[in-house]
Amino acid sequence: MLRDQESGIRSQGGTWPPDASSPEPDQCSLGRKAEDSEPNIPRPQTSDLRPLQSTWLRPLLFFSLFTIHHSLFLSGAHAAKISDLTQTNWTDQALDFWSFQEPIVRTVVIGAALIGLCCGLLGSFLVVRKLSLLGDTLSHAVLPGVAMGFLWNQTKDPVAILIGATIAGVFGTVVVSWIKQTTHLKEDSAMAMVLAGFYGIGVCLTTMIQSQPTGDKSGLDKFFFGQAAALSGEDVVVIGIISAITLIIIALFYKEFLAISFDMGFSSAIGLPAKGLHYILMALLTFAIVVSLQAVGVVLVSALLITPAAAAYLLTDRLRSMLILSASFGIISGVLGAFISYLSTDIPTGPLIVIAATIIFTLAFFLGPRHGLLPKFIRRRRQRRRIGMENTLKAIFNLSEDDDFHSREFTLQALARARNTDLQEAEKEMTQLIRNEFAEAITTSHQLTADTQFRVTERGWLRSCEIVRNHRLWELYLSQAAHYAHDHVHDDAEEIEHILGEEIVQKIEDRLSNPHEDPHGRLIPTRQQTLG
Amino acid sequence: MSARQPSPDAPPPLDVHDLTVAYHKRPVLYGIDFQAPAGSLIGIIGPNGAGKSTLIKAVMDLLPTASGWVKIFGKPFKKAVTRVGYVPQRESVDWDFPVSALDVVLMGRYGRLGLLKRPRKKDRQIALDCLEKVKMRPYANRQISNLSGGQQQRVFLARALAQESDLYLMDEPFVGVDAATEAAIIDILRELQAQGKTLMVVHHDLTTAPKYFDRILLLNMRVVAYGSTDDVFTSENLQNAYGGRLNILTEVALERFKKKNEGDPKPAKGL
Repeated sequence: MLRDQESGIRSQGGTWPPDASSPEPDQCSLGRKAEDSEPNIPRPQTSDLRPLQSTWLRPLLFFSLFTIHHSLFLSGAHAAKISDLTQTNWTDQALDFWSFQEPIVRTVVIGAALIGLCCGLLGSFLVVRKLSLLGDTLSHAVLPGVAMGFLWNQTKDPVAILIGATIAGVFGTVVVSWIKQTTHLKEDSAMAMVLAGFYGIGVCLTTMIQSQPTGDKSGLDKFFFGQAAALSGEDVVVIGIISAITLIIIALFYKEFLAISFDMGFSSAIGLPAKGLHYILMALLTFAIVVSLQAVGVVLVSALLITPAAAAYLLTDRLRSMLILSASFGIISGVLGAFISYLSTDIPTGPLIVIAATIIFTLAFFLGPRHGLLPKFIRRRRQRRRIGMENTLKAIFNLSEDDDFHSREFTLQALARARNTDLQEAEKEMTQLIRNEFAEAITTSHQLTADTQFRVTERGWLRSCEIVRNHRLWELYLSQAAHYAHDHVHDDAEEIEHILGEEIVQKIEDRLSNPHEDPHGRLIPTRQQTLG
Repeated sequence: MSARQPSPDAPPPLDVHDLTVAYHKRPVLYGIDFQAPAGSLIGIIGPNGAGKSTLIKAVMDLLPTASGWVKIFGKPFKKAVTRVGYVPQRESVDWDFPVSALDVVLMGRYGRLGLLKRPRKKDRQIALDCLEKVKMRPYANRQISNLSGGQQQRVFLARALAQESDLYLMDEPFVGVDAATEAAIIDILRELQAQGKTLMVVHHDLTTAPKYFDRILLLNMRVVAYGSTDDVFTSENLQNAYGGRLNILTEVALERFKKKNEGDPKPAKGL
């Protein structure tokens, strides 16, 4: 909060960004004192010092925090809601929303979904090309263009704003590559500078426009933090056209975009117009950013570009499915954001859309089957359990071996001794084995005692032979082929025995010309034994 | 497959004349002159920073040239694109990219397919055959980050094979690969040569170079020596290329180039 009040924008007065119905439109913007009727309402913090971001993970974290911050503190200030009706309860509201009866709900849902679609598709290319910061740069660089487009005919004409913003965006990227080519500054520094510089100009221009006496300025402030509810039918038509163009071009040139994203040099070398395709993608990106600005805002639009794509990147390893997933996540985020904003009376839509996207990313991060933390944890636990069982089976094999393989039966007591543990632990291990049908209890009584007899099943026996075979072969391999000392090989084999595959075991056997004894003089179970 | 016999007056697969390339006002290559005869397997050898990769890229128009010209089968590169196959350096791409090995090899077909056309069954079959040639057929549907360095290099080679070109330019195909892959690659290169294709391979290992190539281009900003391996691979030539007497010439040329370009961001024409 303190930072809010110290921020540069704050000093320009409480009316920034002003409400559409700001009572004092003719005030001079400089040196203006806060004379707003609600002077204590926190203002959006637009002069954020943004750190250099070279990966997409950092911006993600930043945006989640930023969004939460803004959605909490913006509330009530000037937030237009999708529904200003004070409905009786939220189920009625939800029903109202999902029936799409109200035209405004329809406009906003279609607008938000299309924005999510566009940003999801184009953002995927940014993520796989490691250009995430470019989305951020472009979204900030277009702001002066938005202001210029507004100045042109003094209203919020979507086409004029689109043209102005596109020119500014293109100019921004030209400046970036110009800095990169003429100095030895690297691209990330160039981008960060352009981002901040253009944003600064944009903020000044917008503030100046806001303080002008003429013109219909309603909605210009929405370009900073976004307000999906402020989307007009005309806006949605523009969004629809841009979405259609994006979809068609990506569908037509999918092959080419895949090629230039993976290997620019090769694409040029085979005669594809790589540069042209790159510029087409950048143009689409600029359009998508510009049409998203109203709903999501300059500050948050790059999150909508990167977050759904990043979530998709965690879930798949094919570009095609990544595009589909990312677009779906974008659409879900858009609609969900609009919906929550409809339910709650004072939270603006833009930040909610981004929060929804961030939640999807978080789910992918924790639950994604391949890279998710939870599946990884489960896999590791399952592995640990398997190793535990295999160790028990090995102990059972040793028990039987001590008995010259006369019997495959043993008592709990004997197992505990062999495993060097207590009865309780041995009982747990046996329960595990029985559950997996590696062993069975012989006694009928349900009460397990130290003298309870168990028998290893055929399945369990084969598995134990396999483990012992792996262990002894590996010991032999280490001492013979890798010249390890005999007393050094056991610990290593303890780990390796659980991960050796049949193929490698075969190779080791061939290499050692089908040995019979391990370095300690014990017999190695044969392949026939392990197969039964 | 029978080797295509080029008629004696057919234009050579690659003809480079007085080629000069500059990066940030510094000449990287200058006055490069050579011709690659059809059916030859040429090694491009030289120290680090000698401009070996630059030469390959300049031939394919990937870098702006300051002067000189390049002709592929008597035509400028743009008109002979489909006759040139390319293996870039392995590190030039992000191997975490979400594509399968087969997808990458299919990209070799894109040049022939042209814009807007999708790969057909025939292209997939060619791509699979090329994967088979480099013994990577079982890995066709693996995502490329799950492949070892040598396997990734084989995929790149398969992609070039899928281009079905007549002139192949390869940038360090032997870097970071295991011995088995190196042997497999050289086998394929020889096979291509036997089919009458022309190959230029950037190579850094002096010990294997004379074994692998029948012609050698010794490069250090300029052509130090070029010709059959027996003629070129002499200690004197190597001395010249890897830090010998001609260093002064290089230095002077650099100074001259700098002076010419002062206040002029664009590279000057010629030296």
